[in-house]
Amino acid sequence: MSLAIIKYNAGNIQSVLYALERIGATATVTDNFAQIQAADKVIFPGVGEASSAMRYLKERGLDQLIVELKQPVLGICLGMQLMCAYSEENDTTCLGIFNEHVQKFNPAKDSAIKVPQIGWNTIGDLKTGLFKNVPENSYCYFVHGYYAALGEHTIATTEYVQPYSSALHKNNFYGVQFHPEKSAAVGEQILRNFLSL
Amino acid sequence: MLTKRIIPCLDIKDGRTVKGTNFVDLRDAGDPVELGALYAQQGADELVFLDITATVEKRKTLSELVNKIAHHINIPFTVGGGISSVDDVSVLLQNGADKISVNTAAFKRPELIRELEKDFGSQCVVLAIDTRKEEDGEWYVYLNGGRTKTDTRCIDWAKQAVELGAGEILLTSMNHDGTKKGFALDITRTLATTLPVPVIASGGGGTMEHFVDVLTEGCADAALAASIFHFKEVAIPDLKRYLQEHHLAVRL
Repeated sequence: MSLAIIKYNAGNIQSVLYALERIGATATVTDNFAQIQAADKVIFPGVGEASSAMRYLKERGLDQLIVELKQPVLGICLGMQLMCAYSEENDTTCLGIFNEHVQKFNPAKDSAIKVPQIGWNTIGDLKTGLFKNVPENSYCYFVHGYYAALGEHTIATTEYVQPYSSALHKNNFYGVQFHPEKSAAVGEQILRNFLSL
Repeated sequence: MLTKRIIPCLDIKDGRTVKGTNFVDLRDAGDPVELGALYAQQGADELVFLDITATVEKRKTLSELVNKIAHHINIPFTVGGGISSVDDVSVLLQNGADKISVNTAAFKRPELIRELEKDFGSQCVVLAIDTRKEEDGEWYVYLNGGRTKTDTRCIDWAKQAVELGAGEILLTSMNHDGTKKGFALDITRTLATTLPVPVIASGGGGTMEHFVDVLTEGCADAALAASIFHFKEVAIPDLKRYLQEHHLAVRL
């Protein structure tokens, strides 16, 4: 099986590559169109800021490439947010695969809740084969200041300030807000599940 | 619910973990990669690797070690020690570090924090502060691994650093570090309730009760310790069960 990780100006690409190595999978980090299109599975990682990431993708035509992919695609963190329609982060129009909108966490002024959310939180209401053998309320590692609202494509829910989409799914596209590559055994199970989709 | 984090710290010298009492009298506690993987497997929520000698010996990169760690460990980890430039950070992140911590170099040139935030995002910029409470009752910032006193108050520097883009504060009380008599609850609480970013409390954790205290009364988002984990005085699975029994949200 061939596995491509989309290379762009995002921060956690090495971590994803190493996590795949730990579960015995070999991936190629590439921005080569033919290589991405020919891969059996594609991972769209990401730690960074939405507008500069979208600009980078557009300049290289990767935005069009991604939305037209037919094989299973997994967006991670910013990757998932970029697969949504719109992000409040610097007023950015995104890829529009999921119609959910990405908003900034906005806790009450007197609340002790900090933004960004950094740390381990639970995922629940798990749907699709991406979460096969993953128990409800498993802990995953999150680092994010913006979140995708709940919507028709929600396949996992997490609560921080309010309930939101910690994973999305539509057709061949999957997105997770948390970092499976840093989420210990649970994350490894989710990556294995993606590889078996 | 977002959990409180338990973070073992591995102080590194010459590729091995060490931990001193009040930053002197170093003892050897094993191979950092092996030890880190063991902690991850036991339920540690993150790891911190600090090259404690780096500021003095000017040793620049831990990149080989970081690369080895990144290959073997499936939880997030922070790397610090002697980091003074965007290039230093770039190399460490490229080798798989999730976050980096800056201390003395950021104090000497605060603009470094803004540069790091701009290039890599605040989520990977941890500001480490070594602080000591003086006779006047104020907490002051210390540099160079606790050897150099400054006249800047801890809270003032922390606020400035967060405004510049620091995403987390790793706060070590030099009065408490190595004593195993409990964390510095007052300054931890001051920072944790004043700053909009998470505060990791460090220094003084000796019993499981100390962790409960700093995560409740001290309002810390995470607690860090070293030797009590290295020398098996407190086991991470026991600690997390204990925290849960005391109504704290933890990952089990």
